[in-house]
Amino acid sequence: MADTSTLGATAPLTTADGRPLSAALAQAHAKSRRSAFLLVAPLLIFVLLTFILPIGQLLVRSVSDTDFADNMPNLGAWFDANPAGSEIDESAYAALAADLQAAKTNKTAGKVGERINYDVSGSRSLFTSTARSADKLEPPYEAALLGIKPGWDDPKLWQAMRQASNTLTPNFFLAAVDLQRGPDGGIERAPEERRVYISIFIRTFALSALITCITLLLGYPIAHLLATMPLRYSNILMIMVLLPFWTSLLVRTTSWIVLLQSQGVLNDLLVVAGVITEDGRIRMIYNQIGTVIAMTHILLPFMVLPLYSVMRQIPPSYVRAARSLGATSWTAFRRIYLPQTLPGLAAGALLVFILSVGYYITPALVGGAKGQLISNLIAFHFENANWSMAAAIATILLVAVLILYWVYDRLIGIDNLKLG
Amino acid sequence: MALPIYATPLERLWRYAYLVACALIFLFLMAPILIVIPLSFNAEPYFTFTPKMLALDPEGYSTRWYRLLLDFGMAAPEATTGWWADMWNNAAWVRAAKNSLIIGFFATVVATSLGTLAALGLSRPEMPWRRPIMAMLISPMIVPIIITATGLFFFYSNPCGILGVFGPAPACGRLTGWIGVILAHATLGIPFVIITVTATLTGFDRSLSRAAASLGATPRQNFFRITLPLILPGVVSGGLFAFVTSFDEVVVVLFLADANQQTIPRQMWNGIREAISPAILSAATILVVISVLLLTAVEVLRRRSERMRGVSPG
Repeated sequence: MADTSTLGATAPLTTADGRPLSAALAQAHAKSRRSAFLLVAPLLIFVLLTFILPIGQLLVRSVSDTDFADNMPNLGAWFDANPAGSEIDESAYAALAADLQAAKTNKTAGKVGERINYDVSGSRSLFTSTARSADKLEPPYEAALLGIKPGWDDPKLWQAMRQASNTLTPNFFLAAVDLQRGPDGGIERAPEERRVYISIFIRTFALSALITCITLLLGYPIAHLLATMPLRYSNILMIMVLLPFWTSLLVRTTSWIVLLQSQGVLNDLLVVAGVITEDGRIRMIYNQIGTVIAMTHILLPFMVLPLYSVMRQIPPSYVRAARSLGATSWTAFRRIYLPQTLPGLAAGALLVFILSVGYYITPALVGGAKGQLISNLIAFHFENANWSMAAAIATILLVAVLILYWVYDRLIGIDNLKLG
Repeated sequence: MALPIYATPLERLWRYAYLVACALIFLFLMAPILIVIPLSFNAEPYFTFTPKMLALDPEGYSTRWYRLLLDFGMAAPEATTGWWADMWNNAAWVRAAKNSLIIGFFATVVATSLGTLAALGLSRPEMPWRRPIMAMLISPMIVPIIITATGLFFFYSNPCGILGVFGPAPACGRLTGWIGVILAHATLGIPFVIITVTATLTGFDRSLSRAAASLGATPRQNFFRITLPLILPGVVSGGLFAFVTSFDEVVVVLFLADANQQTIPRQMWNGIREAISPAILSAATILVVISVLLLTAVEVLRRRSERMRGVSPG
């Protein structure tokens, strides 16, 4: 030992061609890191371009509102030149008149009015009717505009237009949590009849929690059965778990419609069995019950598979040892078996919850009015071209899902995700 | 796990109750998939068993809904000449199947090739920033599909618009339609390829490729002669996963595809939303048969891969 240390002190270890060993090692290490990264790079670029960036673009849309700014450029310029609180003078009305004339030719007055209508109700008709006679506008514009329709000198309207000309807006996020800007510019709750978003968020999370609990209750026993059976038999039973996993989602949803609808198989069976009468057929589909049943069925394999892979690793001797030391079967389960299955339980529950929070297809097809989840609301706003609103709700949902995903990665690790 | 000999009567009762509960849960899992099969042979346009069907009367059964799958959309279903060509070109479900297969094929090729390369890199111990990159590559599976579809719609409607973040965006042609759907489906399939192939690679004995390298194999030879044959089962099942993901995907298709690009799931989606006809059940039955075949293929591949790598099953 003394030999090596003196050797190291006088002449550092070198490779055959005379370079210091540590430098050569570092170089080799850097090279292997680089080559590993180069293998991943093509896919990373692909996913960045076709997934991460588009989603980022969607998020940007949730705080940007260009409907007004794009179509009212002159007014936007006037707002930029004159800070808030400046007097609305003739030059402002001239800019407004020029924009309204352009809006008439481009047929965008409705869109612009719609945007202002969010803040000052009744503005839509103000914009459309004024634009209709915009060609007749002549200086002085203030009098001309007020002549076509009174209301253009409303300070609230001008405040709303100034806000709208700023493309960066928190308004969609406010609306997505049932808030709005009050007339004085402060934030207040939306009127009672327009408070829909919070309740749908709550419903989504509540139903997802319910579905997670049911899949846990159903998944735990069968995962245990599969894990404690001889492999020959469990492989056969496993097919029953995997087949639904591989079967088309739409097929499974169709089947549930067939089974649950009021003229369907299950109701027929209950009528024949005399449990319910012909008139008393139970409504089990196109409502929340239908959504919960179908989604439980679809997500159950995601619970069973992680539970199974954890339970397989648990040596049966632990429970036997507990029993031999006098534990009842319940105590042995609660104190010995259950704690060992917690990793699988957490993995399954988190995965099912994450997937169900963002579910779209099944609620859309079997949910009816009461079984719609937050994803369906995003689709609704998207279909109505209310894109920034859709983006704002999507952002909130995405943040929730990403937090859960992060927790999943911390607790379980993404590498441990298993499919069959 | 049989009952121990010292089990109390209560424990016995509990055990039987547990087995019955498990049987019911398996029934819950299988019933919806099996129920469509007999119902698809219904002679009547109903979604429940008719008395004739229950009596096993042959008259209660027919293949008319399968026939409808082929006929629907044909120019002249009754014609004797040119029936096959007509069916191949015009029948709505046949065209949907062709579209689904084309999209699925190209999406699978993109996802599997890029995904396998990346999985090779990710499973090397030297890989830098492994965790965050892995999290990013798996995220298409986690992000709600409606968010993906909305985001991709805006992206493919104006692919250059993304540059607008840095300044005025140039306008360029939209990519919705075939290319958009294929690329989007490839993105959705990638997590499955990554998961399956990295799982295969965790059992991969790296001394094999070191041995090959020490015997003079070039990296290319090493990959094609040593690594690829050993991980091939994992790659193929990853590819099958990616294909099924694309074959079953409807939301992205609804958002991105052109109106005439029907796929099987889209056809089913429309069928369920509008007038639900038993033809959907026969389509569903065919899809169930396909999924049974795919599942069998994946299971066979998994066992083969475990045998090849000397990993004990389970």
